[in-house]
Amino acid sequence: MNDQTDTDKAAPGTHAVNLSALTGHMGKLSLADERPCINVNGLNLHYGEKQALKDITMVVPEKKATAFIGPSGCGKSTLLRCFNRMNDLIDNVHTSGEIRIGGENIFANSVNVAELRRKVGMVFQKPNPFPKSIYENVAYGLRIQGINRRQTLDAVVEKALKSAALWDEVKDRLDDNALGLSGGQAQRLVIARAIAIEPEILLLDEPCSALDPISTLKVEELIYQLKADYTIVIVTHNMQQAARVSDYTAYMYLGELIEFNDTDTLFTNPGEKMTEDYITGRYG
Amino acid sequence: MRAKSSFKNWFNSGDPWIWLNAGAVSLSIIMVVGLVVLIMVRGLGHFWPSNVAAFDYIDDDGSVIALVGEFIDAEAVPRARLAVDDSRIPADIDIIDRRLVRIGNRDYTGFDYRWVLDAAVHNLSYPENIMAVERYEWGNFYGYLKAVKENGEVTDADPDWESFLRYIAESEKILGEIHHIEKNLIGAVNYEMERLRLRERGLALDNVAPGSPAYAEIETRRATLQEEYNGYTGRLTDLYEQLNRASFVAVLAGGQKAELPFSKVVRAYRPNAMGVTDKTVFYFEKLWEFVSGDPREANTEGGIFPAIFGTVLMVMIMAVLVTPFGVVAAVYLREYARQGPFTRLIRIAVNNLAGVPSVVYGVFGLGFFVYFLGGTIDELFFAESLPAPTFGTPGIMWASLTMALLTVPVVIVSTEEGLARVPRAIREGSMALGATKAETLWRTVLPMTASAMLTGLILAIARAAGEVAPLMLVGVVKLAPSMPLDGNFPFLHLDRKFMHLGFHIYDVGFQSPNVEAARPLVYATAFLLILIIIFLNLAAIKIRNSLREKYRAAEQN
Repeated sequence: MNDQTDTDKAAPGTHAVNLSALTGHMGKLSLADERPCINVNGLNLHYGEKQALKDITMVVPEKKATAFIGPSGCGKSTLLRCFNRMNDLIDNVHTSGEIRIGGENIFANSVNVAELRRKVGMVFQKPNPFPKSIYENVAYGLRIQGINRRQTLDAVVEKALKSAALWDEVKDRLDDNALGLSGGQAQRLVIARAIAIEPEILLLDEPCSALDPISTLKVEELIYQLKADYTIVIVTHNMQQAARVSDYTAYMYLGELIEFNDTDTLFTNPGEKMTEDYITGRYG
Repeated sequence: MRAKSSFKNWFNSGDPWIWLNAGAVSLSIIMVVGLVVLIMVRGLGHFWPSNVAAFDYIDDDGSVIALVGEFIDAEAVPRARLAVDDSRIPADIDIIDRRLVRIGNRDYTGFDYRWVLDAAVHNLSYPENIMAVERYEWGNFYGYLKAVKENGEVTDADPDWESFLRYIAESEKILGEIHHIEKNLIGAVNYEMERLRLRERGLALDNVAPGSPAYAEIETRRATLQEEYNGYTGRLTDLYEQLNRASFVAVLAGGQKAELPFSKVVRAYRPNAMGVTDKTVFYFEKLWEFVSGDPREANTEGGIFPAIFGTVLMVMIMAVLVTPFGVVAAVYLREYARQGPFTRLIRIAVNNLAGVPSVVYGVFGLGFFVYFLGGTIDELFFAESLPAPTFGTPGIMWASLTMALLTVPVVIVSTEEGLARVPRAIREGSMALGATKAETLWRTVLPMTASAMLTGLILAIARAAGEVAPLMLVGVVKLAPSMPLDGNFPFLHLDRKFMHLGFHIYDVGFQSPNVEAARPLVYATAFLLILIIIFLNLAAIKIRNSLREKYRAAEQN
């Protein structure tokens, strides 16, 4: 992954040259100017005895791309999986504190988890298309909601695949099994599947770590376009990727949120010594 | 020293292992193939029409008798074992050759088979005009055709073979008609009569007043049926009269004359006059009769169709019962139950259930299903026919249920394995789209588990089709008067007893009055049972493989 970006450019400050030009990403960003989308307040999470998240408090801005970076095991994926309560599926997980999405604490008993996950879509590290046709993969979320009208489905599938920049590649073989797609195509299919149900937030858990450089580039471009319509939270191991696609970046270490700022500032002028060590590669 | 080290080298090279493994595999294959070939040859050879020999034989008492029959088997035995000491065999011969001859004509000679000493056989010939007659009773008849009679009068003193065959064909036609009337038409009338009787009794049990129109309705219907029945019996009397009109006279080997009615003849043939083509045609006719016909003569003759049908139907009902049961149990155990000591205990119990001797299931099935469940059902729904039980007696439903119980552990275990193979990523992917756990299971996980379920089902079918012991207690009989599936409403009669190939093998082989005659049928039936199990398995394997192909890539993720 790093090879590709190393040849691309070495200095983090010039990251926006190729991609930001597409959307006119200009001028200084500031968290204070943004509208909040996810409010995390004093979040603690334990796997059994082990504490994985320590007193996280942050605000994820609306319709921007926010990246979580940090070394392996720092809790960035765990935090991401809190946003759609995916951690519920793991035994022995205890959370305290609150996460507010649209003003509602998602840990409240009254929250319908399936409803929450419809609003907060998620894309996983490895592409995980269902063993169904391409069409049925994209239509899956709608069928779950009881929408089976052919015309509606056709329209939504086409729109989602177009948004995911996959339509041209698969429009002639929508009925083929999705397992026949390449890794990059499968990952874009999974993104299409997630945006077909029009979530408000899209969580991406290292979406490019299993992909080759070309596919990575395509997915990154896609993320760049999607943030116009969705609040995007992306976990990545790849700092260059974070620098390229995100507006805001959070650096986490051992379950703590060390620093959270707009991407430019964080990469060019980090406020913490630990952050600087990590992004310049001095972190052991 | 050197030899030792080279042996060590050879041992360490791994070659001995490979030879051992290859040897074990070849031995297993040779044994299986050998078994199947033996069963096939012994069983399928039986239907070939062998030539009928005529010869003079010096009997034990020194008298010369004429014999006619088929050579079935030959063996060489030491003189001491035979314990014969006579002039028929030269004194210097210690090993005596003897042959088993099927002489037929059981009604005249008292037995079908006898051993003859080769040394005492003289003037062996295969005359073309010897005729073999397969009869509905008393086994085969061998003799020479002499005359045809009608109403006791000789109408043809020297009938040719073609006209003789025409008589047989005619009587066969009449027999077919009689069979149709008796089995289908009168059978349906009887069935409805019985239902009317039960309805009447049901009305009485419900305390419906005797004068009510419901009774009158039954009475009218009964009158119509009675009329119908009388019509059929009248027709039957006519047919029987026609049938018994013609008979033929034949001469036995010893010169005595025998008169046989055509109505007792299944088929007649002259094996010595038949060419290879004729014999092949005859062979396949016999084979078809075996597969599609009803058994005759205490199951030692005729076909085994009811047993094939019973076996397949029982297995199919079992499959329909066991699959949902096993799958639901496995889904609960794997997906919903909290994993802990209790589920572990249940799992151990399920696995051990597969090891319980099958006859124990039979006893359980008899006690629980037949007497308790069946008895309760009878009291609740079939009170009108009590004390005669409807479901409170062994039947195909209880047999299938018992078999389902016997095979449910296999389905549970393989379904659980299938569920465990579905990757977590797929489940999470579905949940992340807002599907509940149940929706995820139903739409994604269970379809992916289908091939594992079918694997379990294949194992279940293989086991159930071959099982005999429990079935003897819960529904299989030697001879079922009617099939569990027929043209009378409600068509599928789950309360009926049925025939089963496995039990048929046991019955024909060990309970038959005529063991020699039955032995080839044991082999043939066994061969057919193997074929059916292979066929059922292949069908399931084919479905499974196509499913597995579809989902393989997803499981590797």
